[in-house]
Amino acid sequence: MASLGEVLDGKSICICAGSGGVGKTTTSAAIATGMAAQGLKVCVLTIDPAKRLADSLGLDELGNEARRVDPALIEEQGVEMKGELWAMMLDAKATFDELIARQAPDEESRDRVLNNRIYQQISSALAGSQEYMAMEKLFELHTEGGFDLLVLDTPPTRNALDFLEAPKRLTQFIEGKSMRMFMKPTGLAAKVTGRGVSVALGIFKKIVGFDLIADLAEFFNAFSGMVDGFQARAKRVNKLLADPETLFLVVCGPQGEPIDEAVYFHRKLVEAKLPFGGVIVNKVHYPADELQAEVDDLPAALTEKLGDANLAKRVADNFADYQALAERDARNIDHLAGELRTSCVIRVPYLDEDVHDLRGLMEIDRYLFATAEERVEMAAGRA
Amino acid sequence: MASCGLEIPLRGYSYGTSLFLPPPEIARNQPIPDLLDKRLVIVTGKGGVGKTTVAVALGLRAASEGKRTIVCEVSSQENASRIFDHASVGFHEVEMEENLWSISIDPDESMREYVLLQLKVRAMRDMLFRSRIFNYLAAATPGLKELVTIGKIWELAQLDRKVKSGRKYDLVIVDAPATGHGVGFLQTPRTFAAIARVGPIHSQAETLDRFITDHENTGTAIVALPEEMPVNESMALEKDLRDEVGVAVDRVYLNGLYPERFKKGEAEALAQLAETENGASRAAARAALSEFGRAKSQRQQLSRLKKGVEAPVKTLPFLFEPELDVASARKLAGKLG
Repeated sequence: MASLGEVLDGKSICICAGSGGVGKTTTSAAIATGMAAQGLKVCVLTIDPAKRLADSLGLDELGNEARRVDPALIEEQGVEMKGELWAMMLDAKATFDELIARQAPDEESRDRVLNNRIYQQISSALAGSQEYMAMEKLFELHTEGGFDLLVLDTPPTRNALDFLEAPKRLTQFIEGKSMRMFMKPTGLAAKVTGRGVSVALGIFKKIVGFDLIADLAEFFNAFSGMVDGFQARAKRVNKLLADPETLFLVVCGPQGEPIDEAVYFHRKLVEAKLPFGGVIVNKVHYPADELQAEVDDLPAALTEKLGDANLAKRVADNFADYQALAERDARNIDHLAGELRTSCVIRVPYLDEDVHDLRGLMEIDRYLFATAEERVEMAAGRA
Repeated sequence: MASCGLEIPLRGYSYGTSLFLPPPEIARNQPIPDLLDKRLVIVTGKGGVGKTTVAVALGLRAASEGKRTIVCEVSSQENASRIFDHASVGFHEVEMEENLWSISIDPDESMREYVLLQLKVRAMRDMLFRSRIFNYLAAATPGLKELVTIGKIWELAQLDRKVKSGRKYDLVIVDAPATGHGVGFLQTPRTFAAIARVGPIHSQAETLDRFITDHENTGTAIVALPEEMPVNESMALEKDLRDEVGVAVDRVYLNGLYPERFKKGEAEALAQLAETENGASRAAARAALSEFGRAKSQRQQLSRLKKGVEAPVKTLPFLFEPELDVASARKLAGKLG
């Protein structure tokens, strides 16, 4: 079994992907903290951390730029901080605006885009723009930030596919090649396109309302000077994602549905030829395998020890419920490991308390960065 | 064409979307009919909190009360079909149980159906569907997919269905996209009405917005988990739904609440047992202590949630079951308040 430290060795980008509600933000923060403690300069890019997590990192004003976490806060937890931990919360709209400012040939073009209503829609509302901007920021920090490792907490897409296709979809939209041609009110394009097209366009305009089409035309015109820059940049972002120094980790939970989504997401990564590194399963109920044989006479044994048959029965019932969940988790994780054919499956137990502060992150790091032997010990509940 | 568009004072809309969204009329403090007496109930919340299970449970409950109910999914993941252990239903109204139907609303199919209803001339429809430019425009228009999806939800909730020989439903339940995407999703009609200022979509988008923000007929239920982050997010979500979207928030369901199996004194005895014993007794004592600790912290989250939201908070128990199926949803249906 490969450990997380091993798979991350020599990597400069770690992308945590998975469906919503599986603990991606927490996992990303824990990975970043652990790697920073080992001596790297690490930045975690997160989307929406719990307020208390941000507070505990001393980052009450998480803006759209990286901020350093005070090392004293981590050392207070009894962990030596050999490197640097930085964090930032992604603001997709601000990142998009910055990108426009960067790509625009002049101020007038920049303002035309920023003031366009279609742009305002896609920069804040269109599904996929948040994903695209997360990767854009990642690219910017990678080329200019001077970090050893960047950990990206991806936005919670319900459909894992969206995340991988976002850059392509958005650049295609911005390019709008065929569309721009049809929207020129006059000119050669209007003459060479057939009657069918103009009728189709006419019907479409009739359905959605004239001014929307005009806004789109305005949008593409405003963007026309930036298309090449966008394309070039998107190409470099895509190249970065496929780079051997990049690693994708799939984060999931132990229930059937998140496990199925993890399998699906892994398949998409492989199809896209992106570097998959391993899977982290959160909130696992650890089974107590070697105890199974004793369970039959547990109520009797407990009654003897507790002197309370009613309490003993409740303790035994509760234990049986936990064991059932633990068996399900073990079954699901076996299935997952088989489907993914990976040696890197890291289980983080369902801890007794919610994780929303540095203490919790350190607790998670114990499991994330455990060696194979340590993990065996932990699984048996002895560590 | 250009002259039509340039009449719009583009600069008036420069600073974010909120400026050009007309403020929703919020009928605060007015008595609202009970949740299942509405025509549309939108189930929303953070990812992974059990929205689909709650949506199905609400559906089962309404169906058992004799209401003809349909549960709509909008993410094409078919989680509801999975709960019913039914094959994927796709863009069809499929009967799952007596009085209970399910549909997975695909935006492309909704768009197609919408166009069919709009264009009565067959030749025009055929040409439109054959035309690549149409698909391209439909895909590139921001929010159009969301709009036609909401349009389909609206259509399902009409007593006078637009679709030929469409079944009449008493109640439509929507398993909405996760928070974040969810608020944007519900705002689509208003945003769209502002973008397309004329034409059929403009007036239809306004109809949809009125429908969603009609507190008499449309309600929402937020699903939360008794943990720090989901509780925070639910409080923020309620505020956004009320103030930004303008919908009625009728319930907050706190899902997955552990039972309080042990008392404090008992936990102390168990802690001692966990220290002194080995083997199964120790493992069982530790599991009981975990349960005790979680049940306690969950109750703290519950009281935090109750203080933080205006809507009534109802709890749903954690089910110690390997996978949630229709039997689990039925158990929850009986406990819905």
